[in-house]
Amino acid sequence: MGEIVQYIQSYLGSDKTPGAAGNLFWEFVYIVAVFLGLSVAVIAMNWLERKILAHMQVRLGPMRVGPHGLLQPIADALKLLLKEDIMPAEADPFVFWMAPLIVVLAAFTVFVVVPFGPTHAITDMNIGILFMLGVSSLSVLGIVTAGWASNSHYPMMGALRSSAQMISYEVAMGLAVVSVILMTSLNDTGIGTLSMIGIVRAQQAQGVWFVFKFFPLGLVGFFIFAVAMVAETNRAPFDLPEAESELTAGFHTEYSGFRWSLFFLAEYSAMIAVSSIAVTLWLGGWLRPFPNLLNGPTWDLVFSLFPGVTFLFFAAICFYNTARMPKHPLFKIQTMGLAGFGVVLGLIGLALFIPPVRDRVGDIFWFCAKVAAFMYLYIWYRGTFPRYRFDQLMKVGWKVLLPISLAVLVLTAIAGFVEAPFKEWLSQVL
Amino acid sequence: MTDPNTLSPLDLDTPDKTFLDANELVINMGPQHPATHGVLRVILRLDGEKVMGLECVIGYLHRGVEKIAEHRTYTMFNPYVDRMDYVAAVSNGLGYCETVEKLLGVEAPPRAQYIRVILTELNRMASHQLWLGTHALDIGAITPLFYTFRDREEILKIFEKFCGARLTTHAFRIGGLLYEAYEGFEKEVKKFVAFVKPKIDEYEELLTTNRIWVERTKGVGTISAKDCIALGVTGPVLRASGVKWDLRKAQPYANYKNFDFDIPIGVNGDTYDRYLVRMAEFRQSLRIIEQAVDGIPEGPIMAKVPKVIKPPVGEVYHSIEAPKGELGFFIVSDGSTQPYRVRVRPPSFVNLQALELMCRGQLVADVIAVIGTLDIVLGEVDR
Repeated sequence: MGEIVQYIQSYLGSDKTPGAAGNLFWEFVYIVAVFLGLSVAVIAMNWLERKILAHMQVRLGPMRVGPHGLLQPIADALKLLLKEDIMPAEADPFVFWMAPLIVVLAAFTVFVVVPFGPTHAITDMNIGILFMLGVSSLSVLGIVTAGWASNSHYPMMGALRSSAQMISYEVAMGLAVVSVILMTSLNDTGIGTLSMIGIVRAQQAQGVWFVFKFFPLGLVGFFIFAVAMVAETNRAPFDLPEAESELTAGFHTEYSGFRWSLFFLAEYSAMIAVSSIAVTLWLGGWLRPFPNLLNGPTWDLVFSLFPGVTFLFFAAICFYNTARMPKHPLFKIQTMGLAGFGVVLGLIGLALFIPPVRDRVGDIFWFCAKVAAFMYLYIWYRGTFPRYRFDQLMKVGWKVLLPISLAVLVLTAIAGFVEAPFKEWLSQVL
Repeated sequence: MTDPNTLSPLDLDTPDKTFLDANELVINMGPQHPATHGVLRVILRLDGEKVMGLECVIGYLHRGVEKIAEHRTYTMFNPYVDRMDYVAAVSNGLGYCETVEKLLGVEAPPRAQYIRVILTELNRMASHQLWLGTHALDIGAITPLFYTFRDREEILKIFEKFCGARLTTHAFRIGGLLYEAYEGFEKEVKKFVAFVKPKIDEYEELLTTNRIWVERTKGVGTISAKDCIALGVTGPVLRASGVKWDLRKAQPYANYKNFDFDIPIGVNGDTYDRYLVRMAEFRQSLRIIEQAVDGIPEGPIMAKVPKVIKPPVGEVYHSIEAPKGELGFFIVSDGSTQPYRVRVRPPSFVNLQALELMCRGQLVADVIAVIGTLDIVLGEVDR
């Protein structure tokens, strides 16, 4: 018994991820935590997307199930689980069954290497970014098989569009990533890293987020990735594979109930996954804003208060809306529910002020906040842009993004090569 | 590969030709499809994403409106015309009432004419707003739909106050109006005009210079003026091809000759030009409404029309500029209380003919854009 406790405790002081430290217990804990957190994030994202999109479009969105429709995603999930599971008579049953599983597995597996903090990742691979890109591109396999197994025209067209789109955009995306990996090698040893944690540490060591490195090269690379990641996840304005007005629902037209919800889950977790890549590679991962400019214990304290303050702010919004709820007895349970939700958020917020907790969650908070900003962008795009046509999409991918990303790669290499001599020359001149 | 221009849509009828042909895919778009605006069925013949030929199958909403007319009196048939182009019910009513008035040889009094023009132009705006919202939705921009419906609501509120109905208004009667305009009608219309002017800029802000919107619509579904005339295409589709033909100017009816307005025309005859023409028509409609509201004269609202309408033996054709194009009514009277024959020339039906010409050789996504830009209402196509 004592040995087990010791085994569990032995990790606590470590500065490695549980995977790298080889501690099975904490690995398991992290896997469960990431999986639960992701599920909650997808549910929250579902609600937020509907609400934010609704408010952009002068309507209210879900309002009936729970206060301000807060329970709507749960109601939807229940409905999907209870629905009849329909499989077309002409479908290939095994492939039809496999396709959503492949997509979901690919979408969830990438989170193995996502660094929520210097130690907060399931594991740290030395090929982390390669692993993420590789596994996330496996989901195209699931989409193609889904379209093919449905044995129907519209899903087939959706699947073909999807595979062409994801493969073309992966090229530009990969080149943008390579330019970041080049940047990580600009240190004394001259050795770069593919590890997700290593990339963030490189940004910390160089004292700049890679989005601002070699201005505007980092920014252009980031922009290319930001465009390609929207295409990669099949979201508006690149949502051709599921273009509702053309192909009804694209590759998942024939899917219903639980299988359909797996596609839904995969789409949202893929969005979170690619956003985490963008955050890790360009926006400094878990690093708080201005870690070098605004340093010192005072600023550390100020920034460490952010998580708690954010939760208290959400709680305050809940309480404000509780006060605004209709006073009719029919709304009594809803009002109580909203107040209770506010209390829970407030308690979490207060808990985040406790010093040891405060120091541990700061990284996770900044990482999640940056990812959340990307999630908002996804919703914003959807509310603003019309949909590209297939040939235009290909044109943007191959004729615009690919040449630019190649140019960025070459220029980054040149900039990295001449940076040190240039600085030396500059210091002599001045 | 066969040249798409040599293919006829009739080739679709011979299935052996496409049987086991790996290059071509025959796909049924509709009648249950989100982008066909109702129950239009389009049989598409695709080579990959390219449209090699298409055929429209219509009739899913056929209610035999023209036949019903033969068993109703002239007054009784009036509400039926609202159900044809249900998004522009007031225009239909105007067309029908004016045709019967022409048959009877009466004319609505000036006050009725002015109110008719105001309501018809409001309805033109409502129809264009519905077109813009659904067209943008088809192309993938979901937000304009909600903006246009928010503003269309204000028009429907005016209709509701005027005659009690929002959609199938039955606003006009043969010989004029049944109801006097409600108190504050003019003030409310003026308020609406002031309200909607900045909103039109808002729609344009979202779309007109939007790069994706321009790429999706420019050069898509191009049709030349010659083809338009050959196919009998009218309305904004014809005007976008550069033909300055608007029945409000060409054969002034109601009292349109009293108002000062322009006919916006396009150059290229593509989807983008049709969009621009309709956006300009919004503003022209507002101009007409402003002039009409200021000029409503006092006086009776109903001409001297007998209780039982028995037109003399004869036939008449009269057409008006509905939001979608030329809406014509051909009525044959045998001297009884019921028309012997009513034939409607619906703009949607005639314009839909151009779909095949406009889509051939383009991509699947363009078919959606072109169906949207033709602005068809299946209730009117099938009648």
